Amino acid sequence: MNALAALGEALVLIGTFFYFLSALGLIRMPDVYNRMQTSTKSATLGSLGVLVGTGLWAVGDGLSWAWFVKATVIAVFLLLTNPISAHALIRAAYKSGIPLWQGSVVDKYREHIEAKASPGAAESESTEEGGEE
Amino acid sequence: MEEASNVSRYLYTLIVLFLIWLALTASLDPQELTFGLILSAIVAAITYPIFTTRGLANLHPKRVTYAIAYVPYFLWAMIMANLDVAYRVLHPKKPIRPGVVHCKTVLKTNPGKLSLANSITLTPGTITLDVDGDDYFIHWIWVPDEVLSAKSEEEHVERASENITRPFEKFLKVIFG
Repeated sequence: MNALAALGEALVLIGTFFYFLSALGLIRMPDVYNRMQTSTKSATLGSLGVLVGTGLWAVGDGLSWAWFVKATVIAVFLLLTNPISAHALIRAAYKSGIPLWQGSVVDKYREHIEAKASPGAAESESTEEGGEE
Repeated sequence: MEEASNVSRYLYTLIVLFLIWLALTASLDPQELTFGLILSAIVAAITYPIFTTRGLANLHPKRVTYAIAYVPYFLWAMIMANLDVAYRVLHPKKPIRPGVVHCKTVLKTNPGKLSLANSITLTPGTITLDVDGDDYFIHWIWVPDEVLSAKSEEEHVERASENITRPFEKFLKVIFG
């Protein structure tokens, strides 16, 4: 047990705490957009903490530095790809007509889609119906 | 967007792939390095047309410095985002007031727009819903009063951009031109 291993253990603990928050956010938030919001951020930082923490922990326990380097590569990969998957999911949710929570205050995207579709009247009607379902 | 020569684009792809190989193997054995160089050369020859359009110009010292300075700035924003999420999730009253707002960006290149969208998704209270040219549509978990009370569309865009995109643009404008 040395300083590096202790730091690694602390990072893993912080990471799991953010995982817990992410799961709690899934239960507490009212609609898919807010759930996406809470779960993406916490899960990304939680994974970063756990991965980097595991790397440091292994180095502190006398294993080679390769552990830390590889764990960091995985962490960077996750950091770059997680927001893209969240964006794809939330956009697909909007396009398939899942409504915003009734407490939502503005929806500029609906206006934008309608303004774009207004030359063809039939298309604008269909997007509106999709949104109301 | 200026196009670099094929050689410069190829070399840039080779360098990036070789750096990834170095990190993945985490060893400096000459045998591994040689094989990594051969593999990077083959993969770079196949993928360089879709990987980059600017080639070695990406490695301009000013851009690299800004990119390195961006890392701690971004990580700090991300930690603040998670404390923000923790507050909203653990607070018994769930202080949320969500909405979709409209922002504009000054960035021109596609990689720049991608990293701005990624940064927005991972920072406090915002997630990118769609990007259409210069327009960003962002789901905000707590739309502040000054954006809500905006009279016109321009004012709304101006105030939302001030809050969401400006802090990152000053870095990303230099990194991605």
